[in-house]
Amino acid sequence: MSNRRSRQSSSAPRISDDQMIDLVTKLRQILPEIGQRRRSDKVSASKVLQETCNYIRNLNREVNNLSERLSQLLESVDEDSPEAAVIRSLLM
Amino acid sequence: MASLISDIEPPTSTTSDLVRRKKRSSASSAASSRSSASSVSGEIHARWRSEKQQRIYSAKLFQALQQVRLNSSASTSSSPTAQKRGKAVREAADRALAVSARGRTLWSRAILANRIKLKFRKQRRPRATVAIPAMTTVVSSSSNRSRKRRVSVLRLNKKSIPDVNRKVRVLGRLVPGCGKQSVPVILEEATDYIQALEMQVRAMNSLVQLLSSYGSAPPPI
Repeated sequence: MSNRRSRQSSSAPRISDDQMIDLVTKLRQILPEIGQRRRSDKVSASKVLQETCNYIRNLNREVNNLSERLSQLLESVDEDSPEAAVIRSLLM
Repeated sequence: MASLISDIEPPTSTTSDLVRRKKRSSASSAASSRSSASSVSGEIHARWRSEKQQRIYSAKLFQALQQVRLNSSASTSSSPTAQKRGKAVREAADRALAVSARGRTLWSRAILANRIKLKFRKQRRPRATVAIPAMTTVVSSSSNRSRKRRVSVLRLNKKSIPDVNRKVRVLGRLVPGCGKQSVPVILEEATDYIQALEMQVRAMNSLVQLLSSYGSAPPPI
């Protein structure tokens, strides 16, 4: 299976603990809840990763909802070209 | 025509204020919240939170959405389902996001590559599994972590993989293009991907507010 090949390649440059801690810390700072609360407190890497997965899923869901709303709104703005031109001038 | 434009004037000021305010507030809030962060992470955060980046992305997003609208109106006269339209918008937004990443990240390249793959309907070839027994026998002495990984792969049992590794794998599947990457790569891509997604959410939010405020404005008589 392809997993094994990736395992092979990923274990070759063995990741140091410090590197791992550094990356997880960076990730933690981005997360909305865990990152801001009690910075001195140690949060386990497993929890950070769990929160990251949840956060990405939430963001994806939000983007999907927004896409649907946008698609509906775009339909309604369809006919009015002066409005589209004004919107364009606002964004550029 | 002139009356139409003059009527649009007041909304434009408010909505442009809204857009500008949103951009400024997000930038300033980002600055204040990240001021305590280390310098390295500050740089990373600044990339997706700069006003310039947001402006670039909003412009690209709007252009992409125009394209979507043109395509949908040209191809099908019957209304496509709301889901399909929403998906088209999502794909356009992702594409614009990936382009603004300027090819520096894995996930952005994966998004753009996927689109090309889908266009040509290429089937993903399964990786060769023949070489695997040889690989597993070669590796004998290694650290606990790698031995655990290999053992668990042989048994195809996820329980023996340490918790963190398993979660990293899950994370890798969430980020586009990182399903088979090493752990540090996945973590790095995830940090960038999250910030890009946040910017995407902000941009789409402001666009929605813009468009809905226009929609609610009464037409001139």
